[in-house]
Amino acid sequence: MAASDRDRAIEDSLIRPVFETSRTVWIVVGLLLAVIAFGGYQWARQLGEGMVIAGMNQPVYWGLYITNYVFFIGISHAGTLISAILRLTQADWRRPITRAAEAITVFALLMGSSNVLWHLGRPELIYVPLLYPQPLSPLIWDVVCISLYLMGSITYLYLPLIPDLAILRDRSPRLRWFYRAAALGWEGTPEQHAWLEKLIGIMAVAIIPIAVSVHTVVSWVFAMNLIPMWHSAIFGPYFVVGAIFSGIAALLIAMAILRKTFRLEAYFRPIHFNNLGLLMLTMACLWFYFTFAEHMTVWYGNEPDEMAVLNSRLTGPFSTVFWSMVACCFVIPLGILSFRRLRTIAGTVVASCFVVVGMWLERYIIVISSASYPRSEAMWDAGRYTPSLVEIGLTGAQFAAFALLYIVFAKLFPLVSIWEIKEAGEQDVKAVTDVLDAQRTEEA
Amino acid sequence: MADWGMAIDVDRCDGCNACVVACRTENNVPPAGPDQAAIGRTIEWLRVERHVDGEFPNVRVRFVPVMCVHCDEAPCAAVCPVSATYETPDGLNAQIHPRCIGTRACAQACPYTVRHFNWGEPSWEAPLEQTINPDVAVRWKGIMEKCSFCVQRIRRAEDTARGEEREVADGEVQPACAQACPAQAIVFGDLDDHESAVSQLAESPRAERPMEELGTGPRVFYLKEGDWRGSVRPRSSD
Repeated sequence: MAASDRDRAIEDSLIRPVFETSRTVWIVVGLLLAVIAFGGYQWARQLGEGMVIAGMNQPVYWGLYITNYVFFIGISHAGTLISAILRLTQADWRRPITRAAEAITVFALLMGSSNVLWHLGRPELIYVPLLYPQPLSPLIWDVVCISLYLMGSITYLYLPLIPDLAILRDRSPRLRWFYRAAALGWEGTPEQHAWLEKLIGIMAVAIIPIAVSVHTVVSWVFAMNLIPMWHSAIFGPYFVVGAIFSGIAALLIAMAILRKTFRLEAYFRPIHFNNLGLLMLTMACLWFYFTFAEHMTVWYGNEPDEMAVLNSRLTGPFSTVFWSMVACCFVIPLGILSFRRLRTIAGTVVASCFVVVGMWLERYIIVISSASYPRSEAMWDAGRYTPSLVEIGLTGAQFAAFALLYIVFAKLFPLVSIWEIKEAGEQDVKAVTDVLDAQRTEEA
Repeated sequence: MADWGMAIDVDRCDGCNACVVACRTENNVPPAGPDQAAIGRTIEWLRVERHVDGEFPNVRVRFVPVMCVHCDEAPCAAVCPVSATYETPDGLNAQIHPRCIGTRACAQACPYTVRHFNWGEPSWEAPLEQTINPDVAVRWKGIMEKCSFCVQRIRRAEDTARGEEREVADGEVQPACAQACPAQAIVFGDLDDHESAVSQLAESPRAERPMEELGTGPRVFYLKEGDWRGSVRPRSSD
């Protein structure tokens, strides 16, 4: 097959999902909209009646909203960080997966930070911290870092999209005005290529410290307080590790779904699942190390206030959640990912589902168990907090909105970077085109 | 300028809760109702905790009135993103209700758990709405509130004294809880004035400050005989 034919084949297969929408996708969109509408209705109720209909109480002033906030911002580390590291280390297998990963970052960040809207007692005053910030508050550090990360990751998603936008400008049957404006006059000249590579390189370096700072600062919202099992120096790195861990899991799940839905089997190949599975295995071990170190020091120190929280996790009201978390985040992924035979697409996706659930449970335990056992023993909540319908509805709506944003993205832009695949080494392209040929024969 | 503080003699407290009622009336603290109270939504600027020492049959029960201790280094003021809570020069930990946006970060940061959130719109069942004190603003849903050391009484006493061109006398300012206490267990005044009753009590060997080891610098002193083994920290074993 000639080089131009091959390029054409790659282009066709990657642009097709943008313009062809199956019935299933429409049904899924309908279901997602229904879940979002339910969440919206619950939110409207909360706006009217106040937090009184949410499950939070004294002393659990922070509940599911903060849990989701930390969880989604953790997921957001999937993309940008992974793709930046892989770009900088010039890992060639990254080419098909970077865009799918970077899109996760942007959407997860939007979902995570939107929790502030329903968490605040007075959401109508959400702009006040921007006008009159109190710089010593960790919440202000959060605002700064997350805004910076959001802008950075949108730029980082957009830059490598430009050459593909130019392809769409030339080939799209609809929205040509939009693609023309967004492609910024891309002609693919060597000069333009040099500029683009340079900018992507700069962004890849710049985004890493920003990403690390984001989850460190999110952890400091807890760790800066003199609260048992929050006030811990390990929290910054612990949260960053957990974030990357859950991010990889989210990426693997997304890749498996996109692969089936948009027929991207030629691009998201078993080697990607194997490599990301190995990366996730490393993070699982790191996660266990941090969790062990964190709980071990508290147990040995035996400080009564801290022990109240620790015991609630090990044997008390939070023990079911705690041990499920250990199983989901460490025991099960370790059992699956350690074996080459199980590091298949199905295997890594099963492990990823457990990791995502486990990491959500971890956020839940960190927020709720410490809040439930304050130093003032008379105010112990002792596991009485149960999320209400409002909180559950809004949680569901966030997951649905995340999926919906992803579908909309897939209907506007190719999920795999076309120009980067074309640019890949001969061998890599051959692997892709072989699979494409096989698919075509199958269809014929 | 005064340096306001409080001393509470827990050996005098018999747990009658008159202070709780007085505080609620003076400061327009809204009643939560039995259903909300059962799920931890009570707003009580001042609560009386029951602490049990020892095991049966050698049991000793103490009642401890607990309110905001107006820390010198308040963790709540540090974490508020909009400065809705801050430390005044005369030692109060003040809450600016209109500025609060309801992050509840202050409540989560407070080691004493004495900050309260308005989960819903406060309401008083008739005829209780007629008891609302015109000197204190009624708060609204979505914001934090807590003990103010009856700042309205402090400011009124200061205004009166300024009008008469004199200093505020010791004992002239009485928060509602101190005024209502039949056992006179609560004493309020200027900690800078070494002659004041509250200073005398604060310097007593019986005096301790709650969770002093955290370095928050509380301005409420608890006085009691020393069988609590070095800590005034609430610890019950029941």
